[in-house]
Amino acid sequence: MQHLIETKDLTFAYRKAERDGPDASSVSLVLSDLNFAIEPGSFVAIVGANGSGKSTLAKLFNGILLPSGGRAYVDGMDTLDERLILEIRRRVGLVFQNPDNQIVSNIVEDDVAFAPENLGIAPTEIRERVDEALKAVGMYDLRRHAPHLLSGGQKQRVAIAGVIAMRPKCIVLDEPTAMLDPVGRKEVLETIRQLNREHGITVVLITHHMSECIDAARLVVMANGEIVLDGTPQTIFTQVEQLEEIGLTVPTTTALLHKLKAEGIDLPLNALTIDDCAKVIVDTM
Amino acid sequence: MLKDITLGQYFPGDTVIHRLDPRTKIVMVGVFLVALFSSGGLIPMLIPALFLAMVIALSKVRVRLLIRNLKPLIIILSFTGFINLFMTPGEPLVSVWIFTVTLEGIERAVVLVTRIVMMIMGTFILTYTTTPMTLTDGIESLMSPLKWLRVPVHELTIIMSMALRFIPALIEETDKIMSAQKARGADFETGNLLKRAKALIPLLIPLFISAIRRAEELAIAMESRCYHGGEGRTRMRQLQFAARDFLTGLVGVLLLVAVFGIRGLLQ
Repeated sequence: MQHLIETKDLTFAYRKAERDGPDASSVSLVLSDLNFAIEPGSFVAIVGANGSGKSTLAKLFNGILLPSGGRAYVDGMDTLDERLILEIRRRVGLVFQNPDNQIVSNIVEDDVAFAPENLGIAPTEIRERVDEALKAVGMYDLRRHAPHLLSGGQKQRVAIAGVIAMRPKCIVLDEPTAMLDPVGRKEVLETIRQLNREHGITVVLITHHMSECIDAARLVVMANGEIVLDGTPQTIFTQVEQLEEIGLTVPTTTALLHKLKAEGIDLPLNALTIDDCAKVIVDTM
Repeated sequence: MLKDITLGQYFPGDTVIHRLDPRTKIVMVGVFLVALFSSGGLIPMLIPALFLAMVIALSKVRVRLLIRNLKPLIIILSFTGFINLFMTPGEPLVSVWIFTVTLEGIERAVVLVTRIVMMIMGTFILTYTTTPMTLTDGIESLMSPLKWLRVPVHELTIIMSMALRFIPALIEETDKIMSAQKARGADFETGNLLKRAKALIPLLIPLFISAIRRAEELAIAMESRCYHGGEGRTRMRQLQFAARDFLTGLVGVLLLVAVFGIRGLLQ
């Protein structure tokens, strides 16, 4: 099967300011020689500390940024090919951290209509897509509202609907919960899970909260522009020392089990949810 | 204080006025302004006043809200009123020291002040009952003949709609920055004009920086949603004239006829 997103030796560098001199070191490398692929229908979480290059990677997935070296492919299409850029962006929807800066209209449904309007879709079909997208994120009842009067979680769901209306194969979310309160965070994560499970949309969730990655089938850990770990959350969370070295904190459940193990109690480290964790502890005792 | 600014805000509703085609509404605002400024005296002005009252009643916009918008204009309004009250030559009515109030002065002051008030109320009704998107769609459609002259109509209207969209966000931001600066001892309220203007610098700089940052993020988000200019863009809401629009047009014609008719009769 063809990969949905694939990178080949993907490198990205920013040019540093002039004053640093014109020598070779004036280029600061953000991503270096990244090779990996995302399968259709999967739920992948990408974690990394600040400056690990994860946000840059998101923007390379839909051609907002273009590779300095190597290639990024979406459905086999090269993001460097200018003629394909709309087709690529239609397939990979990007959702950003701050919902306030992504919403373009003063009315929820008009905002959701923005992307299909840009794609030149017929008015009746836009209507259909908007309703469908709003229902998918549970915001249909508030479709006539003004976004600035909604809660943070609701706004972010509108932003997600605005991307879903393109009927993308994949949505990439760049720290979508960073500006939200715990309630909003839960709402958004629940919406993302549903989109993946019920609508079969591939999800790439970029975050620095390890606890948000529990639901992902695959976890990619980035540090200094490179992939350091790649596997299921269960296997990756057992590598507590390595994660902490990169500057990431493991979920409290894993941290607890890890500490208990260090005390000499023999426990499996792969229980991630609170319920599983409790069960493991009870079973051992 | 900043919370009072409702410029460009839209208040959802489902009245006849809300449902009118934006083009009709924009043209009617123009017609209303012409009628307002062509009615020379108090009596002819009753006609646009009646029209405005009818529109306000139909749109169900709260009158209190409309009046609140006039607050920032109190100085201009009183200035206009006073100047006209005392400076208009004519039959002296009362005279105190160097000030002389004339009958003509009273009439002129009242006419000018009500004119400004009505003008503001009329235009605010437009933005209150029309979503920025439809409003800009309307403007784009009305200006579309200019495309032949290579005027970037779509670009201009999208800039306008984004500006309207971000007014509430920027007001909120200003409030936040003001509170933050006040908490650190900034003083925006006392001192002479120069001092107060200077006090605004620490407010404006962070505001500009954040506006620029927002603009950049917005541009990236728009591009991610396949925005590529006006070419090949469609609209979910197609603008379409209905019977009510033609009826409104008729009211507009009547308004102009009535104003010019009365003016002719009085002369």
